[in-house]
Amino acid sequence: MAGTLAPSRTGRVVLMVLAFAFLALFIVAPLVAVFVEALSKGIATYGAALVEPDALSAIKLTLLVAAISVPLNVLFGLAASWAITKFDFPAKNLLITLIDLPFSVSPVVAGLIYVLLFGAQGWLGPWLEAHNVQIIFAVPGIVLATTFITFPFVARELIPLMEEQGRDDEEAAISLGASGWQAFRKVTLPNVRWALLYGVLLCNARAMGEFGAVSVVSGHIRGKTNTMPLHVEILYNEYNFAAAFAVASLLALLALATLALKSILEWRYGVHGKGHP
Amino acid sequence: MDLPDISVDTGGGRRPRRSSFVQPSVIPGFGLTFGFTLAWLCLIVLLPLSALFLRATGMSWHDFLEVGFSTRALRAYQLSFGASLAAGAVNTVSGLIIAWVLVRYSFPGKRLIGALVDLPFALPTAVAGIALTALYAQNGWIGGLIAPLGVKIAFTRAGVVIALIFIGLPFVVRSVEPVLADVGADVEEAAATLGATPLQTFRRVILPAIGPALLTGFALAFARGVGEYGSVIFIAGNMPYRSEIAPLLIVTQLEQFDYAGATAIASVMLVAAFVVLLFVNLLQRWTRKRGVA
Repeated sequence: MAGTLAPSRTGRVVLMVLAFAFLALFIVAPLVAVFVEALSKGIATYGAALVEPDALSAIKLTLLVAAISVPLNVLFGLAASWAITKFDFPAKNLLITLIDLPFSVSPVVAGLIYVLLFGAQGWLGPWLEAHNVQIIFAVPGIVLATTFITFPFVARELIPLMEEQGRDDEEAAISLGASGWQAFRKVTLPNVRWALLYGVLLCNARAMGEFGAVSVVSGHIRGKTNTMPLHVEILYNEYNFAAAFAVASLLALLALATLALKSILEWRYGVHGKGHP
Repeated sequence: MDLPDISVDTGGGRRPRRSSFVQPSVIPGFGLTFGFTLAWLCLIVLLPLSALFLRATGMSWHDFLEVGFSTRALRAYQLSFGASLAAGAVNTVSGLIIAWVLVRYSFPGKRLIGALVDLPFALPTAVAGIALTALYAQNGWIGGLIAPLGVKIAFTRAGVVIALIFIGLPFVVRSVEPVLADVGADVEEAAATLGATPLQTFRRVILPAIGPALLTGFALAFARGVGEYGSVIFIAGNMPYRSEIAPLLIVTQLEQFDYAGATAIASVMLVAAFVVLLFVNLLQRWTRKRGVA
């Protein structure tokens, strides 16, 4: 055992202290700060900040946006991984790279592209206006921007796993007379369910927490187009810190729940998620 | 399985696929899933992104350079790229130490700590932003400690680096962890038996093995940092020419209805992001090839 990189107890202790100190400073402290600040004016203020009408409408909008964009990305992720892993066609790697593309686009740019397309000065703006359709500064724009930001989440969890599992199961099912849909539902889906759930989890966390892209397309209309993260920003800029942190604490709880479920999927069901953008 | 000429019946009397694009297969549903994938990709990602570039090409070179590379824009790029480099460098060192501790040592609460490393991926950026600001402001827990030393972090460029360290940390840890686990302690022991000092073992044995993964983690953290908005704007001072990041400048231009300015700056950032993405892809392909050999 002598001679490994941290041979002495001292080396080991020094590395562990460094690692823990860094994590305490950069991960634990901000997390604790959210809850301490949220409760700084007492539990009554905390509760009031969460049931106030603007906060409630922000919570509702956040749930609505996630309820639309997450299923869309699940549908896309399943279709994309089926096409990519069950068939051979040229330029497959290019397609995978393109699916990952939204991860390398700044959230602000993601919002901007929709403003340039659908905004009042955008290409489709005049036509949309003539037909009384509002996308930018309205809910559809928020859904679009969120869908863009979370686009790769489900696909990138499914593709590596389905690639690894191969096609034998599906081919066997089909040669035994199953239809494509039956093979998908009875064979593929059970094989990938935990990875799918993992992707959904991360997709949902990002969808509910997205700030930059949504901020650009939302227009910040209080009680109408404010999601929870945007509501946090408004309260914070009004120096209403306790309320801002109260709403933020809900989002922090969501993050903690996401991490807990994600860890369970990793430990219990052996999902080796890519996990990150 | 990839034999070129499969002339078996495709099961249940299904019509054999004659398309030259896709290899024949007994599994159905290529047309539907591939078509949907491509259509959705074009609709949500490719068309909107090309709209940005088309809009940029609609500008004359002179105009594009004037707004895309104005002094204010250059300062913003400088801050965004510089702070991302600095934060990436800090994370490369601390991420390596954390990955090392998580892979090589066992201690109580290891799983909990391992899970917490991913917090920056799960915590909404705006929440991270206000939490870090509360910590590092003059009256905050950490800001209050260092204020007597004359060090200011919140509302300065240092604040930007702090936020980007938070955002980028998991990229390095998660990239390095699996490779470090692969190298194994036995390799180190072998090096030590042959008379290498710990430092030599690290430089000659460990670092070459984990180098590409470390670089990948750094590049991912860097790319994320350059585009990051939510966690930064609260803690940065947002003073033009001083503590204004490039994404914030885009938002400012948009709020002033300066679409040309926003488009030009966004195009520059997008191209930079694609270059980093290309780099990461090449790096990963290279690592994979080396892993096989």
